[in-house]
Amino acid sequence: MSAHLTLELDLVRKKLLDLWGLSEQSVRKAGISLQNLDEQQAKEVIKLDHQIDLLEVEIEEDCLKILALYQPVAIDLRLVIATLKINNDLERIGDLGVNIAERALYLSQQPPTPVPFDFEHMWQLSLDMVARSLDAFVRLDLNLAKQVCEDDDEVDAINMSMYDKVYEGIRKNPDQMESLIHYLSVSRHLERIADYATNISEDVIYMVEGKIVRHHHEEYLARK
Amino acid sequence: MTILETNSLSIWYGEKQAINNVSVKIAKHKVMAIIGPSGCGKSTLLRTFNRMNDFVPDMRVQGEVLFQGKDIFSRKIDPVEIRRRIGMVFQRPNPFPKSVRANIVWGPKVNGYTGDMNELVESSLKRAALWDEVKDRLDDSALNLSGGQQQRLCIARAIAMQPEIILMDEPCSALDPRATSRIEDLIGELRSSYTIVIVTHNMQQAARVSNELLFFYDGELIESGETKKIFTNPAKARTQDYITGRFG
Repeated sequence: MSAHLTLELDLVRKKLLDLWGLSEQSVRKAGISLQNLDEQQAKEVIKLDHQIDLLEVEIEEDCLKILALYQPVAIDLRLVIATLKINNDLERIGDLGVNIAERALYLSQQPPTPVPFDFEHMWQLSLDMVARSLDAFVRLDLNLAKQVCEDDDEVDAINMSMYDKVYEGIRKNPDQMESLIHYLSVSRHLERIADYATNISEDVIYMVEGKIVRHHHEEYLARK
Repeated sequence: MTILETNSLSIWYGEKQAINNVSVKIAKHKVMAIIGPSGCGKSTLLRTFNRMNDFVPDMRVQGEVLFQGKDIFSRKIDPVEIRRRIGMVFQRPNPFPKSVRANIVWGPKVNGYTGDMNELVESSLKRAALWDEVKDRLDDSALNLSGGQQQRLCIARAIAMQPEIILMDEPCSALDPRATSRIEDLIGELRSSYTIVIVTHNMQQAARVSNELLFFYDGELIESGETKKIFTNPAKARTQDYITGRFG
């Protein structure tokens, strides 16, 4: 029984890593599509989402099967629970990649508007958080997971500052209002991606330590 | 509140040490499960709690077993009285080859029970969730009951002695899943009135029925604590390996 369970857990774990790769790819391509206002890249992100959705359902079904057939406990149970939750968050990250790509498609049809914020920095930071949450999962690295949680503050701060910048931009160039609002949405999407990377890192902490740090990870980080 | 505890308890069968320096506390009106691989000492510990091991030749005990604060191995203690207050249900249902009613009343009668026997039969069978199934055949042989019903009869027989603790040594290992589920439900109901200590090889059963858990390995207590904590996040690697099926 244990050998079968180990095999099933390995398989679902591999699928989760594949999904991680696809979601990361979605955010990367979405960023490139916005940076270059590249329609082709944006359409690829939308196509990628279908693959992400199918894999997400497959992983969920695998986890349900494992729970029903093997009733895992301890570290095995925590792995299945973390996988279910991370799976859901990765699918949402893929959706947010699509949202950004859709903004890129819209903006590519508009007259050029100066990007009102350091998009490149915010995008790279969010992308990096997703990538490092994966490393933390693979290496069971609590310190890395904690760092990802900490980095969320910086992304939040950039997003907060966006409102003032967009407000200022609209005041100065009212004709660019629509484009600027789309950039504001992009900033919110990136902020959400960073939030999901944080959630995932919290799930990694749960998987490794068995502690639920969600809602109070600041306290947890301070203690450590 | 602790009802039963051991302090530095060691038990030998001849040269072989079965229990090594074990200190545990069992809380009143809780279900304590004891798990561990075969030969780890869990049944020895269970049988020590009501001095069933007295009958094993060459058995030697060191340390204390306190029931409500009193050492059960003290010379002043009557082991028969201990067994009345700490009942036991065994792996295989073992009703007496008598009627259902006789199974219930035999123990109380021998112990001089002077109350209403019919009432005792009914209340014991009701508490063991068997009354509805046997009320019309109380004078039939207990051996005509199904395995699950026989095991509940054995629980009713233990309850009739008005014990404070019921020890269960793999009570479902000879039963089918449906009968097992009835016994597990019954354990859940009984814990409001009794303290239950159960030895089981079935990990899921331990998870389902117990509040607290003891994990034994090679005569030693490796880990004890809340069942939900041990099944989600055990503190010791050996516990984790055992409950996840990686060894044992």
